[in-house]
Amino acid sequence: MTEAMKTNGAKMTYLSKTLILCAGLALAACTNPDRFENQNTVDLGGSGAGLAGSAQDPTSPAYFQQTIGDRVLFAVDQSSLSDAAQATLNGQANWLGSNPDYTAVIEGHADEQGTREYNLALGARRANAVQEYLVSRGVAPNRLKVVSYGKERPIEICSEESCYTQNRRAVTVLAAGLSS
Amino acid sequence: MMRYMMSLLAALMLWALPAIAQNSGPLRIEITEGVIEPMPYAVPDFVGESATATEMGRNLSRVIASDLSGTGLFREIPAQAHISRITSFESPVQYADWRAVKAQALITGAVSVDGSGRLVVKFRIYDVFAGQELGNGLQFVGTQDGWRRIAHKVADQVYARITGEGGYFDSRVVYVAESGPKDQRAKRLAIMDYDGANVQYLTDSSSLVLAPRFSPSGDRVLYTSYETGFPRIYVLDVASVGRRVLPTMDGTMSFAPRFAPDGRTVVYSLTQGGNTDLYRMDIGSGASTRLTNAPSIETAPSYSPDGRQIVFESDRSGTPQLYIMAAGGGEARRISFGQGRYGTPVWSPRGDLIAFTKQSKGRFHIGVMRTDGSEERLLTASFLDEGPTWAPNGRVIMFTRETQGAQGQARLYSVDISGRNLKQVQTNGGASDPSWGPLQN
Repeated sequence: MTEAMKTNGAKMTYLSKTLILCAGLALAACTNPDRFENQNTVDLGGSGAGLAGSAQDPTSPAYFQQTIGDRVLFAVDQSSLSDAAQATLNGQANWLGSNPDYTAVIEGHADEQGTREYNLALGARRANAVQEYLVSRGVAPNRLKVVSYGKERPIEICSEESCYTQNRRAVTVLAAGLSS
Repeated sequence: MMRYMMSLLAALMLWALPAIAQNSGPLRIEITEGVIEPMPYAVPDFVGESATATEMGRNLSRVIASDLSGTGLFREIPAQAHISRITSFESPVQYADWRAVKAQALITGAVSVDGSGRLVVKFRIYDVFAGQELGNGLQFVGTQDGWRRIAHKVADQVYARITGEGGYFDSRVVYVAESGPKDQRAKRLAIMDYDGANVQYLTDSSSLVLAPRFSPSGDRVLYTSYETGFPRIYVLDVASVGRRVLPTMDGTMSFAPRFAPDGRTVVYSLTQGGNTDLYRMDIGSGASTRLTNAPSIETAPSYSPDGRQIVFESDRSGTPQLYIMAAGGGEARRISFGQGRYGTPVWSPRGDLIAFTKQSKGRFHIGVMRTDGSEERLLTASFLDEGPTWAPNGRVIMFTRETQGAQGQARLYSVDISGRNLKQVQTNGGASDPSWGPLQN
């Protein structure tokens, strides 16, 4: 909407052509307003659910997840590892030592009490704390990746401390096959 | 659809109709911090010059009224109270009839469809008590599908002439559309008119997407996506919906991208070894420069309108607080000193204020402060308010409000910087992370 357009006849002719073109495009768009309507899949970011193997088989991912424990919890705003967390991670490190075919992605998470982007960075601190600890216990760094979901992937959905404490977590998610 | 919108932008035209009166008169709303009495106005259905145009005339007047009354600065005198009927755009206005219903401003208009099928909308604004026209009549021409934009443009003119401030109705918002339960939430990018109309989805929900930001001209959107399994920054062309990932180092996470006012530079957060710092990238070359180097978290950056400074969030003091540094990095000065945690600072388009999220005593607030941290004002309070974005005229802020508990959902709200006129923005389902684009041309 410029001053020049108020009086410029040549400009108007050009604009008329533009209008015809865009009217056609608008019609096409209206027949399929939601081009993604058939895709409802949700990326859960690897919750570790539905792992193969029996929890009784010490070499199975199910054993790792359920018997050793695939997650550690954190205090509000903290990324330091408690004694309980270190005990769990010792078990994870031993398991990874005896099962060298597995790699892992460590997911860091935060509770909903915080802004979205700060919580992404906080989750990254937590995941990194776990990675550093596992490496200090002998796991090769190239077997571990870290990712943060911030507050995007809660496992408990109430807005109380009983849920928040479960959501402030780092989860070691196994993947088969060493990348090297 | 996007391309259509962009073309419409070029296709709208206006020119002055012969003026009835040159004097702008005393009709005026001063937008101040005090409580104000909304200005009563009337906007009768625009006169249609055919059956289709008659219906369009009604639709136009309803959108104009929704825009004006939605600001909280204007109050419509409903049609059933009107004494005069506007049946001809050119007939003299019966000021006495409009004074009798206490309308201080009167907006009249006419609609026709020209030989090429284009919508032609003329309008005039009257100062009823002064008994004269306020400024010149104007005419807009556009596609029939673009009628809402024409209505917003008329409302922007009314708002600007009466308040002396720029309008914001002909603008769009990019945001994250949400669906599904809290522990399985699907998110996709969407774009809509500022009032929630004309929603279009820009991505599918197969990957988590977060925090989109418009480019200064509104032609592109920066956002964070987990498409690769790790958060990375993408730039999306609004017209073509084509997107590309911005180059960042393997083994890192990148997020919180914002455009510089030049539209070519991006400031963002990069996490490596668990530590998050700010970087800036030239979009064209992909070359990045590190701006901060601290063991603390540095994120949520926002450029000043002149591009010389960046306000950001850091927990270097132990809790998240707001800091300002030069756009090239270096020493930063803390500007937030109140009780609580501060995040997501966003510089106002006027340059005078910084909007932020504040967390204090278990509540969240949207607030504003001066750029030196003085005159902090909290505008909202709830279980979870976050992520403010400014209207193009710097008078209104939109943000995300999320409700508490297992059934909690995110919705968009807007509020004046005075703290008045808090209201929900209509969206189809859950919505978060709004970014308000510029006034369209």
